[in-house]
Amino acid sequence: MATKASAYLSMVERAQGSHAGEPAWLRDLRGSALAEFRRAGFPTTRHEDWRFTNVAPIGDTPFVEPPPAEVSPDEVARVLVPGVAGPVLVFVDGRFAGKLSTPAPPSGGVTLRPLADALLERPAVLEAHLGRYATVADRPFAALNTASFEDGAIVEVADAAVVEGAIQVVFLSTVTPAPAVSHPRVLVLLGRHSQARVVETFAGLGPTRGLTNAVSEFVLDEGAWLDHVRLQREPGSAFHVGRAQFHVGRAARVSSTALALGGLIARLDTVAVLAGEGADATLNGLYLADGVRLVDNHTDIDHAVPHGTSRQLYKGILDGRARGVFNGRVRVRPDAQKTDARQTNKTLLLSDDAQVNTKPQLEIFADDVKCTHGATVGQLSAEALFYLRARGIGEQDARAMLVRAFAADVTGRIGLDPLRADIDRRLASMLPGGRVAEVVA
Amino acid sequence: MLEIRNLHARVGDKEILKGIDLRVDAGEVHAVMGPNGSGKSTLAGVLAGRPEYVVTEGSVVYRGRNLLDLQPEERAREGIFLAFQYPVEIPGVNNLYFLKAALNAVRAHRGEPELDAIEFTALVRSKMSLLGMDQELLSRPVNDGFSGGEKKRNEIFQMAVLEPALAILDETDSGLDIDALKVVAGGVNALRSPDRAAVVVTHYQRLLNYIVPDQVHVLSDGRIVRSGGRGLALELEEKGYGWLAGAEDNEPARDSRLEARA
Ligand SMILES: Nc1ncnc2c1ncn2[C@@H]1O[C@H](COP(=O)(O)OP(=O)(O)OP(=O)(O)O)[C@@H](O)[C@H]1O
Ligand SMILES: [Mg+2]
Repeated sequence: MATKASAYLSMVERAQGSHAGEPAWLRDLRGSALAEFRRAGFPTTRHEDWRFTNVAPIGDTPFVEPPPAEVSPDEVARVLVPGVAGPVLVFVDGRFAGKLSTPAPPSGGVTLRPLADALLERPAVLEAHLGRYATVADRPFAALNTASFEDGAIVEVADAAVVEGAIQVVFLSTVTPAPAVSHPRVLVLLGRHSQARVVETFAGLGPTRGLTNAVSEFVLDEGAWLDHVRLQREPGSAFHVGRAQFHVGRAARVSSTALALGGLIARLDTVAVLAGEGADATLNGLYLADGVRLVDNHTDIDHAVPHGTSRQLYKGILDGRARGVFNGRVRVRPDAQKTDARQTNKTLLLSDDAQVNTKPQLEIFADDVKCTHGATVGQLSAEALFYLRARGIGEQDARAMLVRAFAADVTGRIGLDPLRADIDRRLASMLPGGRVAEVVA
Repeated sequence: MLEIRNLHARVGDKEILKGIDLRVDAGEVHAVMGPNGSGKSTLAGVLAGRPEYVVTEGSVVYRGRNLLDLQPEERAREGIFLAFQYPVEIPGVNNLYFLKAALNAVRAHRGEPELDAIEFTALVRSKMSLLGMDQELLSRPVNDGFSGGEKKRNEIFQMAVLEPALAILDETDSGLDIDALKVVAGGVNALRSPDRAAVVVTHYQRLLNYIVPDQVHVLSDGRIVRSGGRGLALELEEKGYGWLAGAEDNEPARDSRLEARA
């Protein structure tokens, strides 16, 4: 295993030099992350969490550090969600691009800092939170990120603040001569009873073949409310590994929608720890793949204390020879009584050769709980298709209508109106028709 | 308008239609009755182009064209409308969005301009009041969670908007309360004109009090075993279908009595 990691190891070790000026706690954090990655290396399909997702192509690619790149404000504007007010943080190939970013207004209750500034201005806060949730044990990609991240965004929302519009964090990958790797890092801290929307967008500015290895940590203090959308629409040639980690405090609520639309291999781990009583997490997702692409969603909800609620709806649309993976882990700890957890996964297969591996993973150690899960895999309904056609709607239009309707179940729940409209538009141009269920047995 | 000759059709290995002959002229309404499983919906489905039905023999000519050559959407655009016995629920597709797409597809085929949002809304309003259709239902996904009666009403509403030349109603009256029945009949009668026709599949002669047919046909085991005027429906109501089984051979007496009444 470790052999494939060796190229990475030397790259990370070289980078340690540039981390020399960092505070001791951070150097320790990176040091143990590096040790963990050195120990574990890249996962193989023998690893239970990676059974269906072979990352050998990632291990085999000699990624380089991205050379500095110039990106124009126009290119950024094309990626932003139109019509959304609020601050924008732009990263290019993992590096913070201050000139392309829009700062938060001073009175809005939200502060955005690139990592370097936060280390100077908010050292104690950073030390208390960074890397404390997205821990690295047995998470090789998170370990690689923690050991390597060059830059990051630190977002703080003040107690009781209600953020206007949305905070947008944009990660752009440029086309590089050789495939490049970036390790974007985000930490969002929501104060008590604060409210904010955060949109993370991952996009490529062309047919990139690099690896984006992202980690985002969200910490919700008591009564906080977070509406989060993660829009991953990198090109179909790119590799994407991501982790979204939510730490949900007492009576806090997070609602997150993960849209995995791009990537040759795209893996996302979404983890919510319901750490305070009455915490509420809604994790929804939509994944799309065609060609020979692979999209893997692993969710993990940890009901650590009583009276937690979690809802999950993941839907996938797979065409060509694409493969999908959904693994939904729900843990209910022994004293997490009155937990209410629901999980649904539905996949639409548009071709005979597309396939999905779906697995609920319920680990319930409390007795007074409600936990349900369900998974379906299907094709377009022949009945519905005939109904539409019998009204004069052409076959391709009818198929597209049904596929979009399937996706709308997830996208329709996105709270931010302009974002929902933007995503619907994007999907309309992406979604194919596909095959139909045989009705005759 | 419609000429069906010796039509045979099967699903999988099972032959369901075993030689149907039926001619419907413009301006006429034909009722099709017959026991459960006799092939009424199959006949309706074959005319609308339901893909799982395979025509093995015979021909269907609609307005001078070979209907069986056309895709379902082409048939709809040419003016054929099937009101489904079991309207399909389509979660996620908004009723009005769907209907607008359908209407504009039909209009484009006729060489008419698409209706814009305002014109479409005006048309929908007028048809809604005609049929006592609930606005709230229309803003929901197609038939999603509709009651049985609401689904049937929605079929007639779609028909009223699309104004087909040949409407085929498959048991649209089943499960309707008496008010809804009148509404459905009103919708069909509103479309009656010298250049349109309707085929109405029903189990109950009650509907035919409101939609008065020119002819009544009885389908049994994939064949039309009897055709007559309105009186045939009354006869069936009284006696059921039993007496008709092989009627031509076995029960000439009843047959002649029937002819007299019709
Ligand atoms: N898709 C199918 N697969 C298998 N058998 C079918 C299919 N469709 C129809 N049949 C069979 O064909 C026969 C005729 O069915 P059809 O639905 O046409 O009857 P019907 O006259 O409309 O009956 P009803 O009055 O109950 O609506 C029945 O025996 C039915 O089971
Ligand atoms: Mg029927």
